[in-house]
Amino acid sequence: MTRVIELQVNGTTYRVDVDEETSLLSVLRDHLDLTGAKYGCGEGQCGACTVLIGGLPRRSCITRVGVVGDKPITTIEGLSPGGGLHPLQRAFLDADALQCGYCTSGMILTAAALLETTPHPTEREIAHFMEGNICRCGTYLRIIAAIRQAAKMLKEARS
Amino acid sequence: MNTGARVSVFPQAEPERYELTSPPTHRFQPDRREFLKLAGGGIVVACVLKEVWAAQESGGSRRGFSEALPQEVSAWLHIGEDGVVTVYTGKVEVGQNTRTGLTQAVAEELRASPDSIHMVMGDTDLTPFDMGTFGSRSTPVMSPQLRRAACAAREMLIDLAADKWKIKRAGLVAIDGKITDPLTRRTVAYAELVKGQKLAKAIPAEDPLTPASEWKVMGKPQPKVDGRDFVTGRHRYASDLKVPGMLYGRVLRPNAFGAMLVSLDAREAKAMPGVTIVQDGDFVGVAAATPEAATRALAALRAEWKSSTQPSGRELFDDLKKNTVEGEGWEGRSDHTVGSIDKGRAEAKHQLRATYTVAYIAHAPLEPRTAVAEWKDGKLAVWTGTQRPFGVRTELAQAFRLPEDHVRVRVPDTGGAYGGKHTGEAAVEAARLSRAAGRPVKLQWTREEEFTWAYFRPAGVIDVAGWLRDDGAVTAWEFHNYNSGASAIATPYDIPNQHIQFHPARSPLRQGSYRALAATANHFARESHMDDLAHLVKMDPLEFRLKNLKDARLRAVFEAAAQKFGWAARSKSSKGQGFGIAGGIEKGGYVATCAEVSADAGTGSVRIVHAVTAFDCGAVVNPEQLRNQIEGANVMGIGGALFEAIEFENGSILNGRFSRYRLPRFSDVPSIEVMLVDRKDQVSAGAGETPIVGLAPAVGNAIFDATGVRLRSLPMAPKGLKV
Repeated sequence: MTRVIELQVNGTTYRVDVDEETSLLSVLRDHLDLTGAKYGCGEGQCGACTVLIGGLPRRSCITRVGVVGDKPITTIEGLSPGGGLHPLQRAFLDADALQCGYCTSGMILTAAALLETTPHPTEREIAHFMEGNICRCGTYLRIIAAIRQAAKMLKEARS
Repeated sequence: MNTGARVSVFPQAEPERYELTSPPTHRFQPDRREFLKLAGGGIVVACVLKEVWAAQESGGSRRGFSEALPQEVSAWLHIGEDGVVTVYTGKVEVGQNTRTGLTQAVAEELRASPDSIHMVMGDTDLTPFDMGTFGSRSTPVMSPQLRRAACAAREMLIDLAADKWKIKRAGLVAIDGKITDPLTRRTVAYAELVKGQKLAKAIPAEDPLTPASEWKVMGKPQPKVDGRDFVTGRHRYASDLKVPGMLYGRVLRPNAFGAMLVSLDAREAKAMPGVTIVQDGDFVGVAAATPEAATRALAALRAEWKSSTQPSGRELFDDLKKNTVEGEGWEGRSDHTVGSIDKGRAEAKHQLRATYTVAYIAHAPLEPRTAVAEWKDGKLAVWTGTQRPFGVRTELAQAFRLPEDHVRVRVPDTGGAYGGKHTGEAAVEAARLSRAAGRPVKLQWTREEEFTWAYFRPAGVIDVAGWLRDDGAVTAWEFHNYNSGASAIATPYDIPNQHIQFHPARSPLRQGSYRALAATANHFARESHMDDLAHLVKMDPLEFRLKNLKDARLRAVFEAAAQKFGWAARSKSSKGQGFGIAGGIEKGGYVATCAEVSADAGTGSVRIVHAVTAFDCGAVVNPEQLRNQIEGANVMGIGGALFEAIEFENGSILNGRFSRYRLPRFSDVPSIEVMLVDRKDQVSAGAGETPIVGLAPAVGNAIFDATGVRLRSLPMAPKGLKV
């Protein structure tokens, strides 16, 4: 059952020796030491484990590593490859859109996917798209504000 | 002991820590002389608790110090030769942003940039003993102590500058990390002043502090310390740590609470390579090289458990009232009588009795309990997310029969707690597995384990009776809380005749602290009932409250919230719209919340549309983080108000996962406005807890306004409104 799997993570090719049934979350965290994605529930209900697979937000805790194939994976560690902050990261800080911060990686990556398809989301669109991500500290309104702020920053950067 | 007539017995600051064990008998501390050794050169200021200082100064005996002595140093700070200020406190950061608030406090008094200050928190080898981070005590207690230490350090730096320049110290000022002589305009940086020094000073907790009106760093927004690490994924929670050679642990849980292990067949698991299996009494666990291998080994264990019949949720509230305990259980009863209920009844025209209930709910911090344990030379090191690093150290020392100085507990900033992480279960389990495996072990609880084997906010039953005159004056008030707790059980209203009692009960589930403790339950019952009384005499709910209320600070937040909300001018523009108000006092904070709901009695849907919370916690330390806490408390409060409830049957939790236990999500959140009543003339109170108490009754009162139906159970609408 065990085999070597190749993964494209944050622009780097990794070869990991794991069972293909292993969750992507475990591979990222325990094998590659990319711990930005968090375990929150193990059933895809809270969004703390969200990563981008081929640009789409996916629950890595219920994604078997064997099904990822050669699709590129982006984790929070790779969101801003240059080492600076992505506009969403900047905006989350500016809006104080976190308390304990445990949900933050998943929130930011989900929001990044939203802004890819919907560059200027309304509050309602944000709430709808982010519904699967839980912030137990209750910073939802600040997260919405941060995403809108990041949308503005991205627009300015484009123009 | 006071043996006078009937005594009011309201519990003091920390009434409901029933999940805690009794305090340890030994607390080993680094000797104060060791501070410099630990810290290198520079200057050190240690903050000594006032009582201990007084005894030492007066040459008094050290009587009673067996408890007090190890606690004498409550915090200390060091200014190193590189100018870095390192502050040591046993408090921990769990999302409430106390790391930032305490950094501001030191920066303020030291006249230094927050960036130059590094907080070492929750490390039992490095930080002084601390009971724990709970009860909203960091801001009112720890912050002033750190400010005093910083203040003393500043004075020492001024002395050093005066010596250096061979002038009198008067007139020298500390600004921006430097001492300045205004006459000659020369300056010297702190780093330069402390170079080559090895000065240590202990100070009493009495030095003058900068008044709030003159604050330059405190009282202003300050971004979250280390915020960048959280948005980039760089921060390492306990669950993210990896130490060389580390294994992953899992624990075999019984099928019911209190079950006993009858037999264990571990042959299959034992045959798996690299798997360690531990059976120690009823504890069974495994450790393996990967989480998957540990999970496979766990699944291969065949265990037989024996459990006894246990109560179920259906009978909960009857059970609690039937099973009160006097003089035993986790907390003694409290009983408070003023005047005479009979007299108040005689003066009244109306009376209303009702029973309120609150369900068990889960803290559900997004990071479940996790620990990494490592043994080396008979000593145990543990990293874990807990609100009580020293309490967990004691648990470990007791569990493994070690002296406490052989155990080190470190708490990385943690992924949520809300009163739910006072205990060290995962730490003890990880350490047990690690000892057997001879390797470090990480144990992260699953969500189901966190829902089942941690502890819950207590359920409770509250019987309330109120009597009042036609003019709205409440003449008598009777209030009996069964099991949920005594926090904020006292009424802030001026009622001449009162009987208020807390009845501890035998809880069928393990229960413990929760954000604001029973203040949520007691405010829900009291403020719902006050609302009913107002309607009984056809008075406006706000006017009715103010008529019965003298406390100026509580009146002020009621008025502030009402004004922002537009209470006086409110009018229903659509069917199902309703407005409610509620408020109270707890842990030195004054809170009032107004809520607007949209409720549809036909479909059963209910939505909170808008909420306004006015809050007075004395002088505001960090307005933006305070707003953040108040908003977050309101959001967390939505869950307990409307839909969160633990369901259980015969020793099992039925809904212990996120797909079965509904938490507030984006779509549940109303627009929230926060009014800060900044009282620079008042000491700063903690603010992480109290703002949660107003939401549930304000929403209940708004639902009543919308539908005419009074909901007296939390959660009020677990499956929609049934009206």
